[in-house]
Amino acid sequence: MKPTPTGVQLRLVPTDAEDEAGRPGDFYCLTLYVAGETPKSLAAIANLRNLCEVHLPGHHSIEVIDLAKNPELAAKDEIVAIPTLVRRLPAPIKRIIGSLADTEKVLIGLELGSRAS
Amino acid sequence: MSLNDVAPRPAEGQLAKSPTGIDGLDAILFGGLPSGRPTLIAGAAGCGKTLFGLTFLVNGAMRFDEPGVLMSFEERGEDLTTNVASLGYDLAALVAQKKLAIDYVRLERSEIAQSGDYDLEGLFVRLGYAIDQVGAKRVVLDTLEALFAGLGDGPEVRAELRRLFTWLKDRGVTAVITAERGREGQLTRSGLEEYVSDCVIGLDNRVEEQITTRRLRVIKYRGSAHGTNEYPFLIDQGGISVLPITSAGLEHSISDAIVPSGVAGIDAMLGQGGYYAGSSVLMSGSSGTGKTILSAQFIDAACERGERSIFFSFEEAPSQILRNLRSVGIDLARHVESGMLRFESARPSLFGLEMHLVLMMREIDRFKPTIVVVDPISAFRGSASEVDSTLLRLVDLLKVRGITALFTNLVGSHELDLTVTRLSSLMDTWIGLHDIEANGERNRGLYLLKSRGMSHSNQIREYLLTDRGVELVDPYIGAEGVLTGSARLSQEASERAAILHRQQAAARRRREFDSRQAAAERHIVDMRTALEVEAEELEASARQGEAEEAALEGGRMTIAARRGAA
Repeated sequence: MKPTPTGVQLRLVPTDAEDEAGRPGDFYCLTLYVAGETPKSLAAIANLRNLCEVHLPGHHSIEVIDLAKNPELAAKDEIVAIPTLVRRLPAPIKRIIGSLADTEKVLIGLELGSRAS
Repeated sequence: MSLNDVAPRPAEGQLAKSPTGIDGLDAILFGGLPSGRPTLIAGAAGCGKTLFGLTFLVNGAMRFDEPGVLMSFEERGEDLTTNVASLGYDLAALVAQKKLAIDYVRLERSEIAQSGDYDLEGLFVRLGYAIDQVGAKRVVLDTLEALFAGLGDGPEVRAELRRLFTWLKDRGVTAVITAERGREGQLTRSGLEEYVSDCVIGLDNRVEEQITTRRLRVIKYRGSAHGTNEYPFLIDQGGISVLPITSAGLEHSISDAIVPSGVAGIDAMLGQGGYYAGSSVLMSGSSGTGKTILSAQFIDAACERGERSIFFSFEEAPSQILRNLRSVGIDLARHVESGMLRFESARPSLFGLEMHLVLMMREIDRFKPTIVVVDPISAFRGSASEVDSTLLRLVDLLKVRGITALFTNLVGSHELDLTVTRLSSLMDTWIGLHDIEANGERNRGLYLLKSRGMSHSNQIREYLLTDRGVELVDPYIGAEGVLTGSARLSQEASERAAILHRQQAAARRRREFDSRQAAAERHIVDMRTALEVEAEELEASARQGEAEEAALEGGRMTIAARRGAA
């Protein structure tokens, strides 16, 4: 899979700044690593957005990093698989690889199981 | 490491190769690893896979102007840097000079959850980025199988591995992939060999009779000839050395130059006044026959002439040899100080035979001596075939380098040992040192069993260990045969007595003759004197007669006158 030259870096800012200030413990800082606009990458972005809208409304931030554009970040952030979702906050760091198609597994991976149920 | 090393250019139509820079390995690989293709190095834990990979990269960066990338799945970059610092590899400096990029890929399965399909594009991005950073021609993936541990052995990972090897070829990098050896029948634990089909090298670490020997074998090399045997290799402070068995043949050029033996008497016994340069000399003898001393004199003479020598000792420590040699008036310490002589001593049981050979050859190639002494070869223990093959290779390797070698061999006191007989065909000159036991004493005798290409003495020569080293005694050969020791001395004494006796008898006869001659001469003088006296008497009496006659005549005339007057 070659990196697509037209890959766009997407950056989603927190949807609700007040929430971030009000409930810092539950604020989710998520970074999604993709490499070019591949079907898997696009699916992962869409899946993540949907999931956050449903389960983390108002207290999450999503940063999408296109490694095709910033290859140096791959080593820095220890990315091997694409797509990789990294939960930076709350600690500890969690990693979920794949297109995030299985919502249940993502929620478990993000330790959102209790919230989901 | 020489800066003059140049990667060999392949002939037209031949597979391009990337030299590893590892002594011996490039010879086995006929030049190096296949350029632009992946090579698999498989071996159990502790076989030196990582070091092979690193050496390939470091040599590439420092000697062949081929920067490299190390992608490590097992060790962090800092740990690697520390681990290989003892080998003189300064990874940090190479990284700073942009000749090497190190990327540590950490995969912690417990930290990774999976949801949906994924690929390993992140790995490709990292690798591609690192390659671009240094303009890498070489890539080492150590140990790629860690991917299976981190991500599971699923079809995604396998598909991605296949893609990775194609990708590496497309990038045109020469890649080395290390892998753990699998169970019986399996080269690697996770079957990586099915992806890498260009070149496969197996590493092995076997313990036989409590001696560990590392071995290497080129299992497969598509499109190229390669050495097929198992070759021993060594990892020490000098890095990796591989000793290819086939690196020596019988094609060495020979020399007519002569190397003196260091003992005038032996030189005289050898028709040409010494050994041929580059020949192999075997000196066999029972214990205490002075093998080490003769070796030392050989070296002493060589160092005097300004030739470099190495003394491989397998029974005595250098200091002990030096002390013992001083007692016979041979001072080798000064040659050690002046740098002409190197002592290398090791217990034979320290390594396997192969390893000894590797170490010796490496020392020889570093020091570049013209004279080598191995004292004694009988110290090598092992199966006869292994000892033979080791010595055969040692002899060949020395001959190829034109080094004159003296091997000592300890044998039983009377019969020629079996080993010696087997060895003799390898040797050009064979000197036997023997105890000659007779008349209640032991004397030492030296003789030449053979010396190829020169006429040589057939005598057994007695020799003495004096305070000036070994000295050959003039042989006593007489009606009684060849005698040695006190028998020779007593024979010589009795001969001296006989000669004296003969001399005395002759002198006596001479004196007798002289006195008889003197007596005769005296007699002659006496007779001559008597004759002279007689002659004088005769003359005197004659004169008297005349006088009397005259007187008579006068008387008569007087009487007549008187009568006339009357």
